[in-house]
Amino acid sequence: MALVLNEEQSMLRDSARGLISDKAPVAHLRKLRDTNDAIGFSRELWATFAEMGFAGLLVPEEFGGSGLGCVEAGVVMEEIGRTLMPSPFLSTSVLAATALTRGGSEAQKSEYLAKLAKGELIASLAVDEGAKHRPIKTAMQAVRSGNGFRLNGAKAFVVDGHVSDLVIVAARTAGKPGEHDGLTLFLVDPKTKGVEIERTIMVDAHNAARIVFNDVEVTADSVLGEVDRGGALLGGILNVGRAAVASEMVGISEEAFGRTVAYLKERKQFGKLIGEFQALQHRAAHLYTDIEITKAAVMKALQMLDTDFDNTEAAVAVAKARAGSTATLAVQEAVQMHGGVGMTDEFDIGFFMKRARVCQELFGDTAFHAEQLARLKGY
Amino acid sequence: MANLEQFRAETRAWLETNCPPEMRKPVANDSDVFWGGRNTVYSSEPQRLWFERMRDKGWTVPDWPKEYGGGGLDPEETKILRQEMAAISARLPLSSFGIWMLGPALLKYGTDEQKREHLPKIAAGLIRWCQGYSEPNAGSDLASLQTRADIDGDDYIINGQKIWTSMANFADWIFCLVRTDFSAKKHDGISFILFDMASKGVSTKPILLISGKSPFCETFFDNVRVPRSHVVGTVNRGWDVAKYLLQHERSMISEVGERRGTRPLGQIAANSIGTDEQGRLDDPMLRGQIAAFDVDEAAMACAAERAVDLAKAGQGHPAYSSALKYYGTELNKRRHEILMSAGGIDVLEWESPRSNEGLTARSWLRTKANSIEGGTSEVMLGIVAKRILDLPGA
Repeated sequence: MALVLNEEQSMLRDSARGLISDKAPVAHLRKLRDTNDAIGFSRELWATFAEMGFAGLLVPEEFGGSGLGCVEAGVVMEEIGRTLMPSPFLSTSVLAATALTRGGSEAQKSEYLAKLAKGELIASLAVDEGAKHRPIKTAMQAVRSGNGFRLNGAKAFVVDGHVSDLVIVAARTAGKPGEHDGLTLFLVDPKTKGVEIERTIMVDAHNAARIVFNDVEVTADSVLGEVDRGGALLGGILNVGRAAVASEMVGISEEAFGRTVAYLKERKQFGKLIGEFQALQHRAAHLYTDIEITKAAVMKALQMLDTDFDNTEAAVAVAKARAGSTATLAVQEAVQMHGGVGMTDEFDIGFFMKRARVCQELFGDTAFHAEQLARLKGY
Repeated sequence: MANLEQFRAETRAWLETNCPPEMRKPVANDSDVFWGGRNTVYSSEPQRLWFERMRDKGWTVPDWPKEYGGGGLDPEETKILRQEMAAISARLPLSSFGIWMLGPALLKYGTDEQKREHLPKIAAGLIRWCQGYSEPNAGSDLASLQTRADIDGDDYIINGQKIWTSMANFADWIFCLVRTDFSAKKHDGISFILFDMASKGVSTKPILLISGKSPFCETFFDNVRVPRSHVVGTVNRGWDVAKYLLQHERSMISEVGERRGTRPLGQIAANSIGTDEQGRLDDPMLRGQIAAFDVDEAAMACAAERAVDLAKAGQGHPAYSSALKYYGTELNKRRHEILMSAGGIDVLEWESPRSNEGLTARSWLRTKANSIEGGTSEVMLGIVAKRILDLPGA
């Protein structure tokens, strides 16, 4: 497969870009932040997103979705990255859709996927517990109780957890933190007794939540996939999420870079356009190269998720590691080259820096994924 | 698609039958590389067999037209051939500046007669070429070159000096940039000309490098007589040919990131340093460096693949190869720094069987030229800044 978008994918990109740049420029996020919006995104815009088929992009056609692939999801995520539009696309349309499609029973699929595709159901994935992304260290307990399970533990950094109609939770039915086996995924209704949700206002003005589970009773029907063997399913879901976030970071990098290059061509100092200075030219050219190389790696990972899902670990690790370091460089250079104005809240560039930092942590930072690659390569 | 899958299967089977096992190992030293030429010597029988079988298929230059000794493959088929060769770590059957640099320029700018004369000989490894670009006082400012070609009847008389002429002492012919008009602006008075290194007045002198080896030469022209018909492209427009050729050179150099047949760094380091109980390299900092390198190398391989796909889709930028040349060569230097760290004391021996006569150290030193030759990293960044990003000034 060629590492370029085909015609349909380019059309999808154009329509996503049109909608997002029109309805949700950075000013949209700024306004939601400044007005302390109760949910942090626009339900109206999300409905439009669903009407255009984006919400159900990864949902199979038989359940009312578009049945497209990770490359297409990546295309939309990249556009989201360009304007930092807050929406449940990642949590619901990417993570939950993947989880249910790949791990759901027929009953679970028919119950949730159609609603998800229509934009009527918002779902989230609750994995992280500590300060860093370490799924293998999951400690939350799910103990058998009657016909079902009783959940105890706490999750953090649950994207869109504060508005979810459904939370997909990773918990231990066996084993100890650090062990591969013994993880199970559960579909939990957040209204269940014992679930406490705290919306966390994040540095990037996007949404996440901390969720505490106190003796939460769930039935056996709520198990997603197999008991004790949720690790592989969770790994697959996370890999799709990682590639999606990597795409968002490509969008962030390109947008921050594009704004910076434009500024280099208009800002004058010492009687010259600053873009004439070789010191800045070379840094800009390096950053361009870095972004191009990352773009290729991210596209490779997305294509492999669509064609060779079970052998994508290394490609995803490369993509997420690269995207994290590239986006970090892109936003740092953007602020530095904009000078003092780049430090002001009034100017948009800081929004990109904050979002890039969050994306870097989400589902493993550059060091986490380089470590994964080293482990996969056996050294 | 079905045809491509069939092509892949046939190619795989053919390689399996025809690539000798000895040609599926990394080259051990310079004599393992086959360069062809008038005075060619095969270092081994398998090397000869492998070259001749590939040549007969036209696969020394798989994507050239068949009439010039090529394989007539389309880009997809060429990619498949390369992938299948890489899969069995097959060596290049023929290494050649004629293939990598001159050939593409001749295909685009050469006359029919020039193509018929030179391309088949390049494909068959009969003539070994060298490149006469750099001059002692030009350096990165290539267009300031001073080697002169003065008209004398049907000939040019060439006088001047070139430097960094890779393996000029082994070359049969040279493709050379000469100044044919001293009054024009510096880019507009240059011509691209071909001539035999055996011509009267040509002499070469190897330059000893920090690696203790000398792939490079100084090359001198003292009243060398060359027919005017040997100019490629338009007289005084040689800069166009030179630039086109440089793009190919840069793509080639950036592919140093795509190593085939070499062992992964992590494994090399583990053999040298050892591992802990969990099988992790017994040097966490070095392990981290290798992991970070592996991330970038894998991404670079994707970018090289994408560059081909972009070009095919008509979305490529002519200066894109400069970006990849920059990144690929910096990456290769990083790789060799890590190799030196991983080898530690053992690879510091310059002359010993233990260090394979300083192979790792000599390679490490050789890579320092990667970001100088074919345009320095700084020149590449300048090209990206001006031609792709359209930044202002000079």
